[in-house]
Formats: sequence, C-alpha cells, structure tokens
Amino acid sequence: MTTRLPDHPTSCAGCACSGAHSAANLSRSGINMENWDYVVALAGNPNTGKSTVFNALTGLRQHTGNWPGKTVARAEGGFEYAGKRYKLVDLPGTYSLLATSDDEEVARDFILFGQPDVTLVVVDATRLERNLNLVLQVLEITDRAVVCLNLMDEARRHGLHIDERRLARDLGVPVVPTVARSRKGFDLLLQMIAEVADGRAVGLPHRIQNEPPALKRAVSTLVRQIEAVFPGLPNARWVALRLLDGDERVAEAVSKGELGNLAATAVSMAAACHP
Amino acid sequence: MSIIQLAHQRTERQPNPPLTRDDILGTAQALRWEIDDFHEKLTETLYAEAARIADRAVTRPGHTPGFDLDRAIDRIVTSRVWSFPVMMLLLTIVFWITISGANVPSEMLSSLLIGKVYPALHQIAAGIGLPWWLSGVLIDGMYLATAWVVSVMLPPMAIFFPLFTLLEDFGYLPRVAFNLDSLFKKAGAHGKQALSMMMGFGCNAAGVVSTRIIDSPRERLIAILTNNFALCNGRWPTQILIATLFIGALAPAYPSASPLPSVGDFALRAGLAGLISALAVVGIAMLGVFLTFAVSWALSRTALRGEVSAFSLELPPYRPPRVLQTIYTSIIDRTLFVLWRALTFAVPAGAAIWLSANIHIGGVSIAEHLVNLLNPIGVLVGLNGVILVAYLFAIPANEIVIPTVLMLTVLVTGMSGVGAGAGVMFQMGDADTLALLRAGGWTLLTGINLMLFSLIHNPCSTTLLTIYKETGSRKWAAAAALLPLALGFIVTFFVTQMWRLLGGAG
Repeated sequence: MTTRLPDHPTSCAGCACSGAHSAANLSRSGINMENWDYVVALAGNPNTGKSTVFNALTGLRQHTGNWPGKTVARAEGGFEYAGKRYKLVDLPGTYSLLATSDDEEVARDFILFGQPDVTLVVVDATRLERNLNLVLQVLEITDRAVVCLNLMDEARRHGLHIDERRLARDLGVPVVPTVARSRKGFDLLLQMIAEVADGRAVGLPHRIQNEPPALKRAVSTLVRQIEAVFPGLPNARWVALRLLDGDERVAEAVSKGELGNLAATAVSMAAACHP
Repeated sequence: MSIIQLAHQRTERQPNPPLTRDDILGTAQALRWEIDDFHEKLTETLYAEAARIADRAVTRPGHTPGFDLDRAIDRIVTSRVWSFPVMMLLLTIVFWITISGANVPSEMLSSLLIGKVYPALHQIAAGIGLPWWLSGVLIDGMYLATAWVVSVMLPPMAIFFPLFTLLEDFGYLPRVAFNLDSLFKKAGAHGKQALSMMMGFGCNAAGVVSTRIIDSPRERLIAILTNNFALCNGRWPTQILIATLFIGALAPAYPSASPLPSVGDFALRAGLAGLISALAVVGIAMLGVFLTFAVSWALSRTALRGEVSAFSLELPPYRPPRVLQTIYTSIIDRTLFVLWRALTFAVPAGAAIWLSANIHIGGVSIAEHLVNLLNPIGVLVGLNGVILVAYLFAIPANEIVIPTVLMLTVLVTGMSGVGAGAGVMFQMGDADTLALLRAGGWTLLTGINLMLFSLIHNPCSTTLLTIYKETGSRKWAAAAALLPLALGFIVTFFVTQMWRLLGGAG
C-alpha cells in the first residue's frame, strides 16, 4: 500500500507541511480577482473532475457535468493562498495538445503563449495510462507543472494502487493524490502549486527518449538550429517536434519571432528568480 | 548525401552567416520529407512512454473484479434492442414526475398569488384611490402575468432541471448521444446535437446555448435552427391541458356493458382518459424529435450543405450523483436564470394584454379587432383568431397562451358570469374551461391543431434573442423564427383539409 491521502495537514508526515501552508490559509476569491501574483492554468482530459477542482479552489460554482465538452468557454477564477494571489484559468478538457480541434488549440496556445506560472494537470487515477499522454505533452512545453492525481477514491474502489512517488520521480514534477469531490489532498496540492509558482520547487520534467532513431536525429538537428536562433527558449525540443509535424500555428510563431518574445521573457524571469 | 546530413553540416561547420528564422522552417520542411508518418510515429512513441510510466506506478492486486457494473449497465442502455425503449422509459419517468409533481405546488402558488395576493392588491389600490386604468394595467395586467408565469413555470422547472442534471451527473447523457449519433449522422448533423436537443426539452434558450459544444459552425447552425422542435417547459402546460380536455374526452364513456355505470367504471374511465392524454403529449414530443431529424436532414442537403464531422465520445464511468449540490446548482444556474428571463418578458406582455382588451376603437377593443382580423387565417388552418392573437401576445413567453386564449374567448363570445373582466387572465376548472371553449366554437380538430401549432411555431423571444447572440446574425435569427412558423401553418392546414375531407366535424 503506497497510496497516501493527506486528510489533515498534521497527518502529512514527511512532506514538510508548516502551519502556514494549510488549506485554512486558502481564501477563495471567486471571480473578483483584480491583481494576482501568479497565473495557474488548469488542464486535463475531459471528465477527470477538472471543473470540480476549479470550483473547490475558487469557491465558484460553475456547473460540473459528467460528460465531455462540458466546459464550453474558458473560465477564470481566483484564490488566495499563503499571502499570494493566484488567478486560475480553466482550460477546455482535451486528450492531447496536438491542436486537431478548437479545444486543443485553445489549451495548447494558453500553455505555450499565456506562459502560466504553474500548469496544473488534473489526471484520472483510474485511467492513468490514457491521461499520461496529455501530461507528457504538457511536460514537453513547460517544466512548471503539478500533476493532480484525482479520483483516488474511485481508483481505490477499483482495487488500484498507485505509487505516486514513483510517478513523480518518473515525470519529474510534483504529483499530488486528491479526491476533489471531498477536497481530500488539497493542502498538499496548494502547497505544491505555491512552491512551483515561486520557484522553490524546480521540476526536471520527463522528456520522451525512446523515439525511433530517424526521428531522434531529425529532432536534435532542428533543436540545435532553434536554440541558435532563440537562445534561452525553454521548450526548443517541443517546437522542433511541432515543426516536424507540420503545425502551422507554431511555424507562424517561429517566422514572426513570437517565440523570441517567449525566450526573452523566460530569460528575464530566470534572472529575476535567481539574481 | 541526405538532407539530414546537409542540415547537420549547415549548423556545425558553417556558423556564419547566422541562422535566420526562415532557415529553421526550411530545415524542418526538408526533414519532414525524410520521415514517413511522423505524426503516427510521434503518437506511438507518446503512447508507449505513457504506458511504460503508468505500468510502473500502478499495481493491480491479485483478483480483478469479475463483474463490471459500468459495462453491465452500458450493455443494456446502449444495446441495439433496448437502448431506445430504455431512453423512452427514462424520459417518460422524468416527464411524469415533472408533470404530476408540479401540480400541487403550482396550485398552491396559484391560490396564494392569484387567490389571496391579487384581491389584496385590489383592496390596497382601492384604498389609496388609484384610478381604475392604472390599477388595471398594474394589477390585472402586469401582476397577474407575473403571478401566472411564476406559478406555472417555477414548479415544473424546479423539478425538471434537477432531475435532468442528476441524469447528467450519473453519466447517462453521453449514452443518449451515443445512441442517437448514427441517426443524426444520417441526417447530416453532428452527434452532439442529441445533447443540445435534450437541453431543449427543458428550455430552448438553454438548448441553443448548449450547442457551443459543437465545433463545426455548419452543424452548430443546424442544431440551433432545429432546437425549437424539442418541446420546452413553457409549452408542456398547454399540451397537457388541451390533451386532457379534448383527447382524454375520447375515452369511451362506459367501458362495461351494464346499463348503469358503477364507481369502478368511473375510475376506469378516468385512468383510461389520463393514459390517452399522456400518450398524446408523448406523441407530440416524439413528433418533435422526428421533425428535428427531418429538418436537420433537409437543411444539411440545402442551405447548410457540408461534411459531417466525426468526433470521439468517451463514455465516462457512471458516478453516483451528488444530489444536494446538483439541486443547488441546477436551481441557481438554470431554474432561476430561465425564470428571470421569462419574467422580464411576461411583465410588459401582461400590460399589453390588458391595454388591448380595454382600449376601444370604434366601440370595439383592439384585442377584438385583432381577433376578427386573424380569424379567417385561423379557420383555414383549423384554429381560430383567438388562438393566433394569443400566440402574438405569447411571443415573449409561451406560458401565457392558455390564459390569454380564455380571456379573449370570453371577450369574443360575450359570455357573462365567467372570468373577472376584460383583460384579466384567469384560470378555471377543467369543466368550465371546456364549456367556455366549446361555446367559442372549439372542436376536437381545434384541440389537435392547437397541440400541433404549440409544437411547431416560432420560438419565444428569449430563445430568438439567444439565437441572435450566439450566431451574431439577424438572418439566422429570422430563419429560426420563420422556418417553424411556416412549417406549423403547413402542417395544421393539411391536417385540417384531410380531416374535413374525411368528414370529421369542424
């Protein structure tokens, strides 16, 4: 039995919960968010409880339905935690970020160009394999991610045991088991969001390595060129993959130099975080 | 030397001149030729990696559960044979609970708002010496319209929306979409239209908003234009009352052969009449579903031609719904939202009805002028002028059709001793209503045609406004109004002509 749900902050042994970082410090701001310190993007497959997580964090009551495509527009809300104000952006639920539909494009563009401080990926613990496809794609774009391993109660009911520490090691980003319906695990979730947002936790995200050799060679060639033109770009590998896949939106971003802006911001942010 | 090697040389051996953005695109273009099926290879790699990581993290202890409840339910509700009967049964149960459950609170609200508050308001008006026309517009017009809409609309919506939301939370709706998908595809529309149609059964305005889940503009327009054929809440009361009065009356008077009817015969007759009228209402609702398919089919082959887009629909796991939270959110998000919009239209409509019945031109009220004007058209399609005028007033909210019909009938037939005066909307017992309508020249044919016309006519102004907002086009909003209206006149005209040809009365 390796799955552990921190029900109370005090029972959360070994994860360095200080009193200041408990859900008691959470204050939900609904839609009244004027100035925020950090932007958190909320991604996930459809029907993983993403909207429930959104509602639990913001205190809004956006209707959550048990069918895909429920979130028809991008919803935004806010919350305050440990003295910092967060803006939470609920992206449409998608299975991938390959931009083959409007929903996928909206989610992809926000994670790429919106440059959220944290991307929170909600994952259905009972369908881990399918959900990890999206997680791996998010991790190709950004290293500032937290995985919310939701529906842990259902996983347990199905007799599944999930080793979230091993998962976190393999993915290279924090993984927090939760039951969003009853807000179990939210203390740790909030703490991890805060640590990734302010740079205390630095992810070393998993990058796909087992491509066929021809693919790998092509990618590394292109990555070298991209890094030469856009120094400091955090996700050159992903850009290379998208260009090789014939993604017109990314090609346009390259030729217009929009990626250059991304790189410049990334460099200046890194400088600000580590002076 | 392959292109890849060339590209290598360019980056490694010739650092000058510096690379440009276009060089990157050029290299990418060149490399793409080198690799076959890049997209598939990438996807396969991704899936393999996800499977590997998931496999390391997840352990399934010894026995796997032999019985999968989700799969067992799915086997029934999406089966070839049982899916449609189960769907009909669930819908009938939802509507039956809505119809029978709404009766009591509706009557309580009506006896409070119309039986108690209404006379009290008149006393107050008389007490402070309000002129008769002002108290008429305010109390007999605006207040009564509001009271009627609240007492008729609020209870069914407060029951229907939570029930519907519970089905949704449970996970049944994707199965409905799954079942109807092939039918919609044959009609040239999107499978997700099943979901927006289901929403339309509650409220067409909500149904139109819910078409946002359809990505393709062409298929979304089809879903918007045909949403009106899903019989909405505002029209159920009309259907139920007319079915009870005219169709239920078709039940044989004395089922048993004995010359004197027994108590059992009366009970049997009441049960039979209830069943027949319920079936008539369900029949109208099913006709609406059929028209949805038929009109979608016609549109996708004429004005809105194009490719049918495929979509992958995941059948999510069944989940026990959270009852209390569902009731809360559905009442806040849907019930009160829709009620508020209905009220903003009902209040001015109430004033207009009262004024039209009390302002006289050449000794005849405006309402009567209108009735006389529209009567020839009404008779042609088996309706009458009163009904058409009522539908003019009911453009803001379909709920006020029946009270307006009764008020205008009193006015036209000059019956005395019923009602509460010109321009006052009221409600009477079933027997009184039937007697009044028969005096107004109504027959079984009028009843049937009213039920048909109630299904097939222009959407209410709230829905039209929503369509305009969603499409951003006056043209499509107008089409959404005129298309069903024309269809309604055609259908009622043919029913009437056939009826008369076959020698039916009326």
